[in-house]
Amino acid sequence: MRLLKSVRRSWPYLLMTIPALVLFFYFHTWPALHGIFLSFTNWNGFGPYHFIGLKNYVDLFHDHQVLHAYGFTFLFAFVTTVLVNVLSLLIALALNARIKLPNTFKAIFFLPYVLSTLIVSFIFNYLFSNVIPDVATQLHLTALSQNLLGTRWAWVGIVIVSVWQGAAFNTLLYLAGLQTIPEDVYEASSIDGASPWMTFWRITLPLIAPFLTINMVLAAKNYLQVFDQVVGMTNGGPGTATQSVSFVIYTNGLGGGELSYQSANAVVFLIVLVIVALAQVRLMQGREVQL
Amino acid sequence: MRTRTNWPAMIFLIIGALFILFPIYMAIAVAVKSPQELAQSVLGFPSHIHWDNFRQAMSITHYWHTFGNSLLITFFAVVLTVLSNSMVAYAIARNMHTRLFKSIYYYFFAAMFVPFPILMLPLVHQMSNIGLANRVGLIILYIVYGISFNVFVYIGYLKSIPLELEEAALVDGASRWRIFWQIVFPLLGPMNATVAILTGLWAWNDFMLPLVMLSDPNQYTLPLVQYAFQSQYSTNYDLAFASYLLALLPMIIVYLLFQRWIVSNVTKGAIK
Repeated sequence: MRLLKSVRRSWPYLLMTIPALVLFFYFHTWPALHGIFLSFTNWNGFGPYHFIGLKNYVDLFHDHQVLHAYGFTFLFAFVTTVLVNVLSLLIALALNARIKLPNTFKAIFFLPYVLSTLIVSFIFNYLFSNVIPDVATQLHLTALSQNLLGTRWAWVGIVIVSVWQGAAFNTLLYLAGLQTIPEDVYEASSIDGASPWMTFWRITLPLIAPFLTINMVLAAKNYLQVFDQVVGMTNGGPGTATQSVSFVIYTNGLGGGELSYQSANAVVFLIVLVIVALAQVRLMQGREVQL
Repeated sequence: MRTRTNWPAMIFLIIGALFILFPIYMAIAVAVKSPQELAQSVLGFPSHIHWDNFRQAMSITHYWHTFGNSLLITFFAVVLTVLSNSMVAYAIARNMHTRLFKSIYYYFFAAMFVPFPILMLPLVHQMSNIGLANRVGLIILYIVYGISFNVFVYIGYLKSIPLELEEAALVDGASRWRIFWQIVFPLLGPMNATVAILTGLWAWNDFMLPLVMLSDPNQYTLPLVQYAFQSQYSTNYDLAFASYLLALLPMIIVYLLFQRWIVSNVTKGAIK
């Protein structure tokens, strides 16, 4: 009887949730499970297939293209995450200071966030391949007169476009964090004779620490999955130098007939991302997800 | 005394703003120049607007048709996401004390950390098998994939809505559905705005999902068409940039019109 009553009471709630739950499982979890299943086979998109155990996984660890992709992805994600957060924090501090036209500046700094990453990357591609070499040649700066994206420094170009666009959102988060700090805290510290430098390290930074960790986790998660910027800037080149993990899984998995092999790569990628996220959550310790 | 301007901060911001605006200026300058003028100088201020680039770009990319695809997908993704995801979040938020709903919440939350590449390959097969490798399928995926993040954001906000209102309505004999649609949903206004903006930006600018899901060029979205027609532009940079600008323009206009509202609502969602 009790059970019946509780089911009747929660019936409308269940009706509100179950369709979403079913759809989510069907369109998200099911293909993910299917991908894990395929990673143990040699299926290539059609025809019969066999179970081959862990062969795909073993091969991955001897695959230079894949290993290189992980190397590039980690280097890129690390450098970009750090740069985006340092710059965003600096911009947010400046926006929070006494300045003229604060709303105009805010509007300009947030603008990149509303633009398509792919198209922004095409624009920067031209900047690096044509404009900068032209200007550098006129100024006799031979070091910059060749297309950066064709050299071994191509990854720096991808970092630059990602920072240009990515700083927008994080700046907004930091600004929101800075505005939660009451003015009298700063006044007290200036009365006590603290230098701006000390005020920043001892007061501002600890008070916005929660925003710092959230920003780091979100940024790392996004940049480890970098794809649009790679397609728009270098298409993985020169050679395979700037192929990210997502890029390899897409190109070789869908176009290159390595469906089950790249599924194994995707499983490894999942594990890597979860480990990185858990490591970051551990670093943020004490700050739990609010329910 | 409080009005003294902080000049080091101003100078830093001006330099930063120039860095942000420079690529956009360059894109406009390249797009409006004729090939001859472009050959002379890329960055110089354009002497006059060469409209022909835009006309050609529009005919190559079937601009209005492609724009229509992007608009259709974005519109339905936004409206249906707000309506459905808020309802799911409401049901979960009001039942977080039960084990069932708590598990559902954690299930959605955990999915945020699953990278898209792991489901991408099987998903493409699955969607084409059921005839959904098209615009409709894309709309469904935006609504469904959004649940993870949106439920998380909505629940944070739902906790601040007092239960008394709902209880009073329940005593008066209103059903759960009516309570949600007539009382709770309107109170979610600011969060609905946040979710609508974030979903809109995602669906409008997304490249990866349309790339793997849309097989018929007739259904291509604005970012995808720039990618698909890249080979046609090859060295015709003025034409390519006219096309890029046309693709970016709708969102830039929306942003300029509603800039304050967009920035404040995104912030609200972000700090929840």
